[in-house]
Amino acid sequence: MTRYAVGIDLGTTHTALAFAPLEGEGERPEIMDVPQIVAPGELEARPLLPSFLYFAHESEGPQALPWEAERRFAVGEYARARGVDAPARVIGSAKSWLSHPTIDRRAGILPIGAPEDIEKISPVEASWRYLEHLTEAFDARFGGGESALANQEVVLTVPASFDASARELTVEAAIAAGIEKLTLLEEPQAALYAWTLARGDAWRKEVRPGDVVLVVDVGGGTTDFSAIAAVERDGSLELVRVAVGDHILLGGDNMDLALAHLLRHKLEGEGKPVDRSQHASLVHACRAAKERLFGDPSLDAAPIAIASRGSTLLGSTLRTELTRDEVTRVVVDGFFPIVAVDSRPTSRPRAALTELGLPYASDAAVTRHLASFLARQAGALAKLQGAPPPGARVPRLLHPTAVLFNGGVMKADKLRARLVDTLNVWLGTDGGEPVRVLEGADLDLAVARGACTYALVRRGKGLRIRGGTARAYYVGIESSVPAVPGIEPPVSAMCVAPFGMEEGTEAELPPHEFGVVVGEPVSFRFYGSTVRRDDVAGVVLEDWNRNQLDELPPMELTLPAEGRSDGDVVPVKLRSQITEVGTLLLEAEPIRPLKQGERWRVELSVRGQSEGESAEGS
Amino acid sequence: MLHRAGATLGDVNAPPDDAPLPLVTRLWLAWLCFFRVLIDGTFAARVSAAREAPRLAPAPASFTASPTSSALQLLSLLQREGRLVDFLQQDITTFADADIGAAARVVHEGCRKALRAHAAIEPVLRQAEGARVELAAGFDADEVKLVGDVRGQPPYAGVLRHRGWRATRLELPLLAGGHDAHVLAPAEVELG
Repeated sequence: MTRYAVGIDLGTTHTALAFAPLEGEGERPEIMDVPQIVAPGELEARPLLPSFLYFAHESEGPQALPWEAERRFAVGEYARARGVDAPARVIGSAKSWLSHPTIDRRAGILPIGAPEDIEKISPVEASWRYLEHLTEAFDARFGGGESALANQEVVLTVPASFDASARELTVEAAIAAGIEKLTLLEEPQAALYAWTLARGDAWRKEVRPGDVVLVVDVGGGTTDFSAIAAVERDGSLELVRVAVGDHILLGGDNMDLALAHLLRHKLEGEGKPVDRSQHASLVHACRAAKERLFGDPSLDAAPIAIASRGSTLLGSTLRTELTRDEVTRVVVDGFFPIVAVDSRPTSRPRAALTELGLPYASDAAVTRHLASFLARQAGALAKLQGAPPPGARVPRLLHPTAVLFNGGVMKADKLRARLVDTLNVWLGTDGGEPVRVLEGADLDLAVARGACTYALVRRGKGLRIRGGTARAYYVGIESSVPAVPGIEPPVSAMCVAPFGMEEGTEAELPPHEFGVVVGEPVSFRFYGSTVRRDDVAGVVLEDWNRNQLDELPPMELTLPAEGRSDGDVVPVKLRSQITEVGTLLLEAEPIRPLKQGERWRVELSVRGQSEGESAEGS
Repeated sequence: MLHRAGATLGDVNAPPDDAPLPLVTRLWLAWLCFFRVLIDGTFAARVSAAREAPRLAPAPASFTASPTSSALQLLSLLQREGRLVDFLQQDITTFADADIGAAARVVHEGCRKALRAHAAIEPVLRQAEGARVELAAGFDADEVKLVGDVRGQPPYAGVLRHRGWRATRLELPLLAGGHDAHVLAPAEVELG
C-alpha cells in the first residue's frame, strides 16, 4: 500500500527529499532531515544531503550509519568536507558525469585519479549510492514495510535538458537504489509546481491563458531554461511545457571559483601564498561574502579572513576583502553581462580529449545562453497558437510574459534584476511586452517540494503540466554508397520518436527496415532535436541544419541467437514508446517474428564514443 | 572545594563546629536572657525550643557532575567550524589588534554558523536594554537576577541591564559507539 507521495531532487551538489502523507486533506510536502556523517564518528540529520561520496581509507575504519555499522564509504556532509583535504578519494558532480555524452557512464571511472585501493565506480553507481542513502534514511524513519520507500510513489527530478540516455541512466540508478514506483519530472516544472504550492490558489490569478512562463534555473553546477505556456482548453487552464534549453554546465560554483581566483591573485600579489586548503576555504568565504554583498546593498565590501592549516590562528590568518566593485565585475557583468539580443555563446572548438573531464560551458555568460535559447525556440508556440495571421510580424524570439527563478544563485536581487532588465530590452526590440517576475518560492528546496506536489497531482490533486518529450529523436541511417577513403558516407536521420510524445504512448512504426546480424552488437547513430516539432515518426531527413540536431551517444542492439542462427540477417522495424516512468524505450520488432510479440530492446548509451575509450587509460 | 563543602553540608551527624563564647560574653548573655524570658513569652518559647532541639542540621543539597562528553563534542564542533580551540590556546598578548581582528572573523563566522545550526538562542526578556521593566511576584529567579539595591517584596520595578539568553534548543550530532570525544581535533598528517 502506498502511504506517501515523495519528491526527490537529485542535484549536482545537493540532494533533498520531500514527502506528504496521502491520507488526509491539504497535506503539504515536508522536507525529510537526512541522517548523515558530518565528521568522523558524528551523525546528524540535515535537510540537504550533499551529493558527494567518500571512499574512506582502511585506516579510518567503518563509516557507521544507524542502518549499517560496517559501511566503507560515506555520502553527505563529511564526504563533501573530505573533498577538500583528500580529493582523490571523493566523487563530486556525479550528475554532470551522468549526462556526459562521450564516456561510458556505466564504467567505473570515478573518482578520477583515485588511488589503487579504491575500486572506482560508475557515474550511475554514484547516483545510485546517493539515492540509496535516501532510501535507507526514509525506511529508517518510517519503519520500512508498507512505509518503505519502495512502496511509495516517488517523483525524481532531472534537468529538462537531460537527453533520453541520461534519463534512462537516472532511472537505472533509482531502481538499483530500491525505488520501484518511479516517475521522472523536469526540474523547471518542479519549480513551477513548488511555486503554485507556495502561492496557494492565488497563482491562478497570476498565470492566465496566453502567459508564457520562462523558468530560469541556475543551480550550483548547471543552468537550465524551460518555457511553460498557459493555454485555455475546453474552458479551463492548461499548462504546457513548450521548450527546454541545452544542458549547460555552468552554475554558482563557477561564480565562487571565479571570485576565489580573483582574490587569490590579489593575495599572491601581496606576497601571501595560498595553499590548497586555504583555496578551498577561500571559495567558501567568497560564496558567503558574495551572498552578503548581494543581500545588503549598503555594504561596500565584505571582509574575508582565511585561517592557515596549522593550529596557530593569529599571525597566519590571511586577510582580504571582496569589494562590491569586484563582485559586480565578476559575477554580475561576468556571468550576466548586458548583451545584444543576437549575441550567442562562444563555443570553443572541442580539442581532442586528452584528459577526462566534464564538458563545462565554454562561455560563462548566462545571458548569452538565454538569448540563444529564446532565439532557437522562437517557434515554440506555433503549434499552440496556430499560424500567425498573414502579414503579421514573425517574432525572432520566444516571448515569455513571466519569469520564475529557481536555484540558489537566483536569490540575489541584483542578478534577477540584471536578467529581467536584459530580457526586457530584447523583448522591446522584438516588439514584445516586459515580463513579470513570479515571486514566492523557496529556491533551495523548491524542486524537492515541487516534485512531491507533482506526486500528489498525479493522484488528481491539482493541475498537471503537460508537455511530453522535450526532444524529437532520430536514428542515423548510413547510405550504402561505395566507400571513399577519408569521406564519411552520408547519413540520413529517421525520426523514431516525435517531439512532445506523452508518457505511456507509442509512436507508430517507422516504415524503414533495418537488417540486424544475429548474435552481434549493431550500433546506430542517434540524434535528438529540441526544435524540430513537426517531424512525425518515420520521417527521413536527408539533410539538416547542424544546429537543429544534436548527436547523442550511439545506441546498440544485439539480437539473441534464440531460434535463429548466428550470422543470419534479420530485418527489423523500430518501435518507440515513452514509458510511464518518463523514459524513451526503443525496441526492434522483427518483420517476420518467430513467436508472437517478439521484440528486442535497443540499448541507449551503451558506451561512449572513441574519445571516451582513450580517456579510460588516464 | 565544591566537593569538601558538599561533604560538610551533607553530614547530618557532624558535631557542631561553633566556637565557644568567652566567659564575659556568656555572663552578659545570661543576664539579658534572664529578664527577657521573664518579660517576653514568645522569646521564652523560642529559647525553650532551642534547648530541646540543640542543633537542627540544615537540609543537604544535591550536586551532580554533568557528563562531559557533550561539552567535549561542542568544543570539537566549534573548533571544526570556527577554530575556537586554536584561538583560545594561542597567546594573543603580543599580536596587533589587526591580527586579532582577522582571527576573530574566522572564529566568529564559523562558530556563529555552528551555533545557529545546532542551537536556538533567544533573549530571556524581549524589552530593550535600558527600559523599565516590572517583575510580578513569582518571577523565576533563574531567569531574572536582581542586582543593585536588592530588598523588599515583589512586584519590583527596575531597569533592564542585560536581556539574558536562553537556549530553546540544543542538538548535537549523535556519536558513534567507541568514538573518543576527547579528541577535539585530530592531528593532520599530509601524505605524498
